[in-house]
Amino acid sequence: MEVSAHLAGEPASLLITVRQATGESVFKCYQCGKCSAGCPLALEMDYPPSQILRMLQLGLPGLEERALSSRAIWLCLACETCQARCPKEVDLPRIMDYLRQESLRRGLTHPDAKQIISFHRAFLDSLQYTGRLFEMGLIADYKARNPMSALQDVLVAPKMFLKGKLKPMPHLIKGRSQVAKIFDKARKKEKQK
Amino acid sequence: MKLGYFPGCSLLGTARELNESTYAVARKAGMELTEIPDWNCCGSTAAHNLNHLLSVALPARILALAEKAGLNEVLVPCSACYNRLAVAQHELNQNPDLKKEVSELIEMDFKGTAKILNIVEVMAKILGDGSGIKVEKPFERKVACYYGCLLVRPAKVLKFDRAEDPQTMDELMRKIGADPIDWPDKVECCGAGLSVSRTDLVARLSGKILESAVKRGAEAIIVACPMCHSNLDMRREDIEKAAGKKYSIPVLYITEAIGLALGLSEKDLGLHRHLVPVVFPVREKPKEPEKAVAVEKSAGAAEE
Repeated sequence: MEVSAHLAGEPASLLITVRQATGESVFKCYQCGKCSAGCPLALEMDYPPSQILRMLQLGLPGLEERALSSRAIWLCLACETCQARCPKEVDLPRIMDYLRQESLRRGLTHPDAKQIISFHRAFLDSLQYTGRLFEMGLIADYKARNPMSALQDVLVAPKMFLKGKLKPMPHLIKGRSQVAKIFDKARKKEKQK
Repeated sequence: MKLGYFPGCSLLGTARELNESTYAVARKAGMELTEIPDWNCCGSTAAHNLNHLLSVALPARILALAEKAGLNEVLVPCSACYNRLAVAQHELNQNPDLKKEVSELIEMDFKGTAKILNIVEVMAKILGDGSGIKVEKPFERKVACYYGCLLVRPAKVLKFDRAEDPQTMDELMRKIGADPIDWPDKVECCGAGLSVSRTDLVARLSGKILESAVKRGAEAIIVACPMCHSNLDMRREDIEKAAGKKYSIPVLYITEAIGLALGLSEKDLGLHRHLVPVVFPVREKPKEPEKAVAVEKSAGAAEE
């Protein structure tokens, strides 16, 4: 039986782990669809937000895997419109955060999410050693991870530089070794989950 | 008035004019801002997308530093930072186990007592009754107040304004002589975090917002968030390409519009840093004096 598959060494059902990690029950949702109606990117998603929740409610490993490997979870902007309009106040943005992290842990990320994930990674890596975001370094790092984006923004960047909006050097905070340590510890703990 | 100050990374780079205009208005109002010493980045969208623990630990370090420096009230002008700090503090206060775990992680004592203020709240204090501050040059423009997501949601945590159709910015604009339009896209998302990785989607979302404001006769869009500003200003060419038409409407930070009304110079407010020039259509006739009366009241459609 698919439902009890997690008992036989499969990863625990998301029903349970979502609850543990976010404190949120997916069963609060009664599928009214307001989240999908208000979501600014629902039309771009493979499954709109209410369907992602439905997949979790059914608790079938096949559907859970489909949710974790969806494009939708990475397109979610965390704009929180869904939660603001949800009659049951389901904290869907928080669930989406959890699904993204679980998708990474299980190596199920959607191929279309590659650029989005590499931007987030470049962002965090840039912070780890300086403590503050270094925008120019971030863009260079992102381009190195995505050679296809080499020509993107080549026209706007010099303008920003002239307007004094791009700094050529990073800010190094005094407590940067402390910040690097926070990163190390948080990353280790997140992997153990 | 004295406040703690957390500028955040954007205000040192792409959103420098928000930092400059905030300081300029604060100086004019006699408000003293004390920067949190040695602050770090809040982790932004990237941290809460990839690592939940990091997304609460980074704000916790910032707030712990503020507590240590005795800064009980902290102004956070960037909406994204404001949201992360407020949401993280709320979550840590709700969850004592996590709070303990994070305190150990950052190796600092974190109480979670700081009051976190956004830029609109602080501007409302500055222009509040009895503050003695004078509007020297009324900002007589039709404006679209664009709040975006992070300033108002989640409303239960931020407790700032309504999640749908908020009014604080509109009220402030009326106070400085502007005429805020009534429009449905105040709290729509500009695409924020996907600005670099999915510029195509951002151009479409931000384009809808521009079109909606322009269609309703707005002469300027007023924002309070560096992400909203960069997507509507810096990404203007991408928007125009996607929409197949040109838009000349400037995007001003709320501090810039208020600064202009208080008689501060364009240079002090950083208006020269915008990619879309801050110029307004020339009016054929000067405004009738009756406008000044309409400004006092909160009547929305008092124009014409």
